[in-house]
Amino acid sequence: MTTGAGVDFGRRVLTVRRRRFALRLEWRSVIVCAVLAVALACLAVLALMTGSYQLSPGQVISALTGGETGLVHDIVVEWRLPRVTAAVVFGAALGVSGAVFQSLLRNPLADPGLIGFAEGSYTGALIVILAVNGTYWQLVGGALLGGMATAVAVYVLAYRRGVQGFRLIIVGIGVSAMLHSLNTWMILKAELEQAMSAAAWNAGSLNGVSWDQVAIGGACIAVLLLLAARLGRPMRQMELGDDAAASQGVRVSATRLWLIVVGVALTATVTAASGPIAFISLVAPQIARRLARTAGITLAPAAFVGALLCLAADYLAQHVAPTTLPVGIITVMLGGGYLGWLLFIEARKRL
Amino acid sequence: MNGSRLHVDGVTIGYDKRVISEDLSVSIPDASFTVIVGPNACGKSTLLRGLSRLLKPSAGQVILDGADLQSFKTKEVARRVGLLPQTSIAPDGITVADLVARGRYPHQGFVRQWTEADEQAVRTAMDQTGVTDLSSRLVDELSGGQRQRVWVAMVLAQQTSILLLDEPTTFLDITHQIELMELFTDLHEVGRTLVAVLHDLNQAARYGTHLIAMKDGKVVAVGPPEEVVTAELVEEVFGLRCLVVPDPVAGTPQVVPLGRDRTRQKAQR
Repeated sequence: MTTGAGVDFGRRVLTVRRRRFALRLEWRSVIVCAVLAVALACLAVLALMTGSYQLSPGQVISALTGGETGLVHDIVVEWRLPRVTAAVVFGAALGVSGAVFQSLLRNPLADPGLIGFAEGSYTGALIVILAVNGTYWQLVGGALLGGMATAVAVYVLAYRRGVQGFRLIIVGIGVSAMLHSLNTWMILKAELEQAMSAAAWNAGSLNGVSWDQVAIGGACIAVLLLLAARLGRPMRQMELGDDAAASQGVRVSATRLWLIVVGVALTATVTAASGPIAFISLVAPQIARRLARTAGITLAPAAFVGALLCLAADYLAQHVAPTTLPVGIITVMLGGGYLGWLLFIEARKRL
Repeated sequence: MNGSRLHVDGVTIGYDKRVISEDLSVSIPDASFTVIVGPNACGKSTLLRGLSRLLKPSAGQVILDGADLQSFKTKEVARRVGLLPQTSIAPDGITVADLVARGRYPHQGFVRQWTEADEQAVRTAMDQTGVTDLSSRLVDELSGGQRQRVWVAMVLAQQTSILLLDEPTTFLDITHQIELMELFTDLHEVGRTLVAVLHDLNQAARYGTHLIAMKDGKVVAVGPPEEVVTAELVEEVFGLRCLVVPDPVAGTPQVVPLGRDRTRQKAQR
């Protein structure tokens, strides 16, 4: 392991070369990720301690390592852990999903919602709630189907000799607007009770998340995150422009399609399990980029920031807010506020 | 000319259904500094995109090292042919060395990202283009001339023996244009094959060793600058009446436009 090495990158660089491995990492990114991981662990323990039955950090840790039985074990492992795990895993998924879209569309305001996914999945969920009055799993299916169908429709409508970022955004906004009015119309037509449960779903909440949902969602997300990690290098290469990337050996069209699929699927999985948790995919990559000061978008810091943001938001939603709020509402306030503050600081520095 | 690793064989190429060139055949002599010239929309950039596989011909073949260019793996093409595109985007907050290192992509893998060879190639590329002193600077902060040198360094780090340059001097002032052209000459002299699309005929004649003149998607003339840059040919290709005189410095053909009558009278006064 050497540091710095022969080329001055203007940043401290960590080079790891051992057998088949030859990695170059930026120290700042490594440290930021490590600090975020520690913060995440501390916050997770705090979240596991807090509730109507308060526990000590020691009790939580011994319950996690299998040292407790009975009530403490049930509270930590069966009741609180699924929710904490869901917040961390779903948050990471949303952070990466947003990072993929922002890199792909070269637009810091891009997220899967932009290409119609959010409105589409709400339409799917609404149809299940209103027309079929379906079960939980039907609702999940409806939301997934609606979101995916919208994403595919937007992709196809924007297709002309491959898909360019700008056209995708324009078509996405148009389709979103149409679906939004359709959704509003359906809500107006609905019975009061159905409309309320639809609105509750749309706010996004981790209330009542069970191990089943976490296990299925988590497995999907793990596979998708691995795919995203493989796509990370060509994705960053494509930030140089399509021509430059193609001439350096990136299969641009195929990579772009894969990135869209992975980005949409990550958000879809979270939406299916918990309803749409807004804003994390939008702000996490931006916050991560400013913390790690990387060139362009990087996936790992975005994942950590997303996880931390989601867990913090859920903690606040459950324990700090005067009444238990949906996590989606807190993420908007927390993430939006922090991003605004960052932009404010940045603007002042530039002046 | 001894041979040609890269040539175009009866190629029809264009965008969607709009054909730019039909049944085009032309070869790039090895170790030449080939310059493609012609008026706007004559198909010169399209030809360059075909040579780099950014565009796929609808008929015919582009041959690289004896095989159809389409039959190569994408990364394999990128290890043999490099391209400096007309427009590139530098990601926010990227430093010079980081951008140059991006040129190593075709030589890298998922867990092999920064070998000794990568490091050596980046260092050499920065030395050759004179950007070593800038290596820790942000690309956003550089002047236009410096930035273009950094992009050239990135393509050099790719270590391809064939280099395609799409209007590399377009946005630069005259000093930086000449500086860059001389850099290309240096790169050519150490054995690389260069293919550039240029607008300036005088620079093409001065720095190029082999010219390809195109008009309306067809190759009109091919050969060394002395044979291609003649008053008749310039009028045929560009529709410009001119005088061709020896460049007082380099001795290569220099195009002096005749212009309107009034322009000439002004000179006589």
